Amino acid sequence: MSWILTPFKIIGNFAHTFIRESGRMVCFLTTAFFWVLFPPYLLRRIVKQINFIGVKTTLVIVLTGSFTGMVLALQTYYALVKFGAETSLGPVVALSLIRELGPVIAALMVAGRAGSALTAEIGIMRISEQIDALDAMALNPYKYLIIPNLLAGIISLPLLNAIFVVVGVWGGYAVGVGLTGVSSGTYFGGIRDFVDAKDILEGLYKSLSFGLLITWISCYKGYFTGYGAEGVSKATTQAVVLSSVTILIWDYFMTSILLT
Amino acid sequence: MIEVVDLYKSFNNHEVLRGVNLKIEKGQTLALIGGSGKGKSVLLKLIIGLTKPDRGKILINNQDISKLRGKLLKQLKQRFGIVFQGGALFDSLTVFDNVAFPLKEKTRMKESQIRDTALAELARVGLSDAESKYPAEISGGMKKRVALARCLVMKPEIVLFDEPTTGLDPLIGKAIHKLIRDCQKSLNFTALMVTHEIPAIFSLVDRVAMLYNGKIIASGTPEEIETSQDPVIHQFVHGELEGPIPIQ
Ligand SMILES: Nc1ncnc2c1ncn2[C@@H]1O[C@H](COP(=O)(O)OP(=O)(O)O)[C@@H](O)[C@H]1O
Ligand SMILES: [Mg+2]
Repeated sequence: MSWILTPFKIIGNFAHTFIRESGRMVCFLTTAFFWVLFPPYLLRRIVKQINFIGVKTTLVIVLTGSFTGMVLALQTYYALVKFGAETSLGPVVALSLIRELGPVIAALMVAGRAGSALTAEIGIMRISEQIDALDAMALNPYKYLIIPNLLAGIISLPLLNAIFVVVGVWGGYAVGVGLTGVSSGTYFGGIRDFVDAKDILEGLYKSLSFGLLITWISCYKGYFTGYGAEGVSKATTQAVVLSSVTILIWDYFMTSILLT
Repeated sequence: MIEVVDLYKSFNNHEVLRGVNLKIEKGQTLALIGGSGKGKSVLLKLIIGLTKPDRGKILINNQDISKLRGKLLKQLKQRFGIVFQGGALFDSLTVFDNVAFPLKEKTRMKESQIRDTALAELARVGLSDAESKYPAEISGGMKKRVALARCLVMKPEIVLFDEPTTGLDPLIGKAIHKLIRDCQKSLNFTALMVTHEIPAIFSLVDRVAMLYNGKIIASGTPEEIETSQDPVIHQFVHGELEGPIPIQ
C-alpha cells in the first residue's frame, strides 16, 4: 500500500520545504531592510563590495557583451534579409540588448562569478564561527555582512547592464556594418528613432531587481549554510542554481508586467 | 555570577540539552568536560546569548539573558568575551586589525589609542611580531592567542573558552594554559572553559563540571571529580573503554 502514498509524500515534502524556505528568505530580507533604517552606515564596506561584485565582473561583462552583440547582429541580419528589412538591424539589436539580453545575461554572469563567491565567503564565516564572533561582540552581522552586499548588488547591476548594452551595441555594429552590408548611419539612426526612454527604464528596473535577487539568494544561502565544507559547497551550488532559475522566471513576470 | 537553571535546547527534534543546571561564582574558573558532539559548544553559545534556549533560565548577576533583547542584551554581551574553538578570526583582516576591530567598532577611542591598546594586548599574548600577518598565515596556536587577545582587549568580566588547546601539540597547549592563567591573575575575570585536557586541567581550575546525556551529572572540585566513584565520571576521567558510556 505504501507505494500508492509515495508520490503524495514527495509532493507534500516538496511543498513543505518550498513554503518554509520562502518564508525564511522573506524574513531574512525583511530583517536586513529593517536594519538599513538604523546607523551606522558602513560606507567603506559597501564600496568594497561594489568593487567585488561590480568592478571585478566588468571584464566578463565586456567579453560576454561584445560577443552577444556580435552573434545577435549576425543572426538578426540573416533573418531580416529574408524580409528585405535589414535596415532595421540597429534597433532590433539594441532593443533586444536593452530590454532582455543585457539585464539577463549580466545578471547570470554576476550570479556565477560573484554570487557563488559571496555564498562561499559568508558560508565559511558561518562554519568557522566568525559570524558568531561578530554577534558575540554585540555587532549586528546583517549590518556588516548582508546589507553592504545587498546595496552593492542593487548599485552594481544597472551599471554592469549599461556596460553590457553599450559594448553589445558596438559588437553588433562591428558585425552589421563591418561584415554585412548595413551602413553606419542606418544602424545608429535606427537606434535613435526606435529606442525610447521606456525601453531603457525596463532594462533598468530589471537589472535593479536582479541585483537584489542575486545578492539576497547568495547571502541567504551562505548565512544559513549546512555544517562543514560539504555544507558550504552545497550552499554555493544551490545559490547559483536558484539565482539563475529565479532570474529567468522573474524576468518573464517583469516583462509581462512592464509590457502591459 | 553565572547561574544556569533547568536549560533545554533541541535542534530539529534532536534534544541536545535536557535540563542543565550549573553555577559559577565570581572570579572562579570552571572546566566543563564531556563527550564530543554532546552540546558543550551549544551551552556556551546559550550562555553568551547567541541562541535562545527552548526552556530554562540563564542568570548573569540575577539577570536572565534569554529574556533580554535589544540594547540590554547588547550591554550584557559586552561584559562577555569568548574564544571560539577555531579562533574565529576574521580572514580578511590582519592580526593587528583583528585585535583592534572591537575597539574600532565599539569604543570612541582615538586611532593612536586603539593602536597602543591593541599592540599591548598582542604583546601580552607574545605576538608582537605577527601583527601584519593574516590568519591564514599563522599556526593554530598563534590563532588561539590572537583570539585571546581580541577577546581580552575589551576587558571582559566573564570569558568563555571553547576547547582552547584542542588540536595543538602538548607544549603549545601547556603554554596556552599558562597564558590563560596569567591573564586571569592580572585581569580577574570569571572563566568557563570547555576542555578535554584531563588530567592536566585539574591543577588549573577551581571547579569541574561534567556534561553527560544533556545534563550536568557532576560538579565539584577537581579532587572530587578525579576520585569520584560514579561509574560514568570514573570512566570518562580515566579514559577507560569499558564502562557505562557507549562509544560510537
Ligand atoms: N545550529 C545548529 N543546528 C543544528 N544542530 C546543531 C547546531 N549546533 C549544534 N548542533 C548539534 O548539537 C550537538 C552538539 O554540538 P556541540 O555543542 O557543537 O558539541 P560539542 O560538545 O562537541 O561542542 C551536535 O549533535 C550538533 O550537530
Ligand atoms: Mg564544541
